[in-house]
Amino acid sequence: MNNLLIPNPKEAESIHIIREVAAQFERPVLLFSGGKDSITLVRLAQKAFYPAKIPFPLLHVDTGHNFPETIEFRDRLVEELGLELIVRNVQDSIDQGKVREERGRYSSRNSLQTTTLLDAIEEFKFDACIGGARRDEEKARAKERVFSVRDDFGQWDEKNQRPELFDMLNGKIHVGQNVRCFPISNWTELDVWEYIKTENIEIPSIYFAHEREVFLRDGLIWTANEHVFREDHEEVMVKMVRFRTVGDMTCTAAVLSEAVSLDDVVGEIRDSSISERGARIDDKRSEAAMETRKKVGYF
Amino acid sequence: MSENRKLIKIATAGSVDDGKSTLIGRLLYDTKSLTTDKIEAIERSSKQRGYDYLDFSLATDGLVAEREQGITIDVAHIYFNTANTNFIVADTPGHVEYTRNMVTGASTSQVAIILIDARKGVIEQTYRHFFIANLLRISHVVVAINKMDLVNYDEEVYLKIKEDFDKLVAKSDFSEDQITFIPVSALKGENIARKSEEMPWYVGNTLLDHLEVLEPADLEPSSVARFPVQYVIRPKTEAWHDFRGFSGMLYGGNLKVGDEVTLLPSLNTSKIKSIHYFDQEIQEAAPGSSIAITLETEVDLSRGDMLVKSGELPTSEKQISATICQVNNKALTIGKKYILQHGVNRVLAKVDRIESRIHTDFTGGEDAHSLKLNDIGRVHFRLSKPIHFDSYKSNKSNGSFILIDEAEYDTVSVGFIE
Repeated sequence: MNNLLIPNPKEAESIHIIREVAAQFERPVLLFSGGKDSITLVRLAQKAFYPAKIPFPLLHVDTGHNFPETIEFRDRLVEELGLELIVRNVQDSIDQGKVREERGRYSSRNSLQTTTLLDAIEEFKFDACIGGARRDEEKARAKERVFSVRDDFGQWDEKNQRPELFDMLNGKIHVGQNVRCFPISNWTELDVWEYIKTENIEIPSIYFAHEREVFLRDGLIWTANEHVFREDHEEVMVKMVRFRTVGDMTCTAAVLSEAVSLDDVVGEIRDSSISERGARIDDKRSEAAMETRKKVGYF
Repeated sequence: MSENRKLIKIATAGSVDDGKSTLIGRLLYDTKSLTTDKIEAIERSSKQRGYDYLDFSLATDGLVAEREQGITIDVAHIYFNTANTNFIVADTPGHVEYTRNMVTGASTSQVAIILIDARKGVIEQTYRHFFIANLLRISHVVVAINKMDLVNYDEEVYLKIKEDFDKLVAKSDFSEDQITFIPVSALKGENIARKSEEMPWYVGNTLLDHLEVLEPADLEPSSVARFPVQYVIRPKTEAWHDFRGFSGMLYGGNLKVGDEVTLLPSLNTSKIKSIHYFDQEIQEAAPGSSIAITLETEVDLSRGDMLVKSGELPTSEKQISATICQVNNKALTIGKKYILQHGVNRVLAKVDRIESRIHTDFTGGEDAHSLKLNDIGRVHFRLSKPIHFDSYKSNKSNGSFILIDEAEYDTVSVGFIE
């Protein structure tokens, strides 16, 4: 038996937030992507309710373009922990004519996920969605609340956010509203990696260096694969790479890496001078899209 | 996160032109927390503007963009770390809505950095920032006297500002050892991470060194243990058939197995049988731990109730008086009803009487019939059920509450119980 528990303050805060979600809402759900942040959330939720099971299901919005390693990992995790997993497919939203598949150079199903998610929220009457967003990810997120109230269109009114004082969380909502809850708001990317290492949490293999068929575009390394649009002149090559974030194949770029262990990965992150979002094609894409609009306007 | 890295939480306060963005940008740059892409952008932009220095205010340009667009300026959270410390900065902009923003930012911080422009000295805004630090009982205040490069690094300027500020300290509840003065130039990096050669007369630490030697334990003075029950864990599995774990965060003091405890509101007593942190059973937990506790006897205890050591009971009252800060556009008026959230417990509250609106510059108060956004006042409430509280002075978490609008559910006020 351990003598005295000195808390890790960020972990203790996250557990507190997750318990608040379970206590304040009727139908919470944990948004699970198979990425390191949502895997960390699962561990924190385990800690919050042990020895009971996590009292809410996981929801994966599957674009159909996920890395097979992630899906395999997801299914094994759910099995091992005896969790309830709900999967909703972007393909179904496309087939129902609710969204239209993008075509061409920067096409991605990333933004199509929103429709599928909102439909799932309505279908299951979820009133709280737990997500792995962190405030250090980007400027707009720096002001996100831990409990962020959304209307029934999922919209965020940045001018009308509830101030959050001390650690008191106000999850009172009206019918039709729901709350996005972010237990690891105050963690940095390095915090997440160090935690995964300290806790010895298993993560999908694509976070470690491996050989992969890739091609280069806009200074980023893209996966060469039938789901990712590639022009004829974009030459496929084999490189030793890993991923820093894990999302849809069409919007997640790889980085050159030799890191095969968690120690290596944490070391790389510590020394890294490029932001995590720098390897997200969706962010780059928005700049590109803006460029396109400007051009259209010009003509 | 590294187990051996401590966490220090800071709120920054300054007026619009005090160079707060530059100071934060400089801290990020000097701790190598800015990424290469960001530094390149800063270099490019500084050059375009014809500066012969790097404009670090661009590191927090989210705020700048907001200002230009004229939309609500809000508390932003910024993260950086050194080898042995993680820092969280709640950056609270110093414009008209500073009271709400600074109260919000300061509520989660242990340290406040108050910026003063060396050319302007102690101004009305400084009074207000310090008043809020005092109201929130921030443990430690750093007065960063900035733009020393624009006053020729003159010690006389520094001493004059320190003297003026000390007059404010005398009016407050702070003791002198809770306040540290540092002359800096955020723009030039003097006394931020590097000891300034321009100010040999200053013998203290640089800002970063000073922040690094602070100890969280010293910043959160211990009082008595308070354990509000957040969620009852009942696995109902074969292995854990009779397990009833009362989970929550522990505040104020330690709890250990075998402690005699009193449960509120029932006033029943019991003994701590076990303390759980995930799959480990522990003997004793320190404040700030998220744990689950089981008791020796079957008791009636649910969310919102509180477990304390017998002999250390809090005050239980249906009538309370508190200092209120209004954080919403809707005014607080006499007779209005609210949902009062005290920790994780909720009761109904009615405004009985507004005693005064308090001037935020240490000049006392005035009669008031309502409290508007950014107003601070003394208010008396009647509650539907007693709450079990301490004074804010003796226990921050058990001495504070928020008010939730009954119809809109917005958080409209924060209160500090006297």
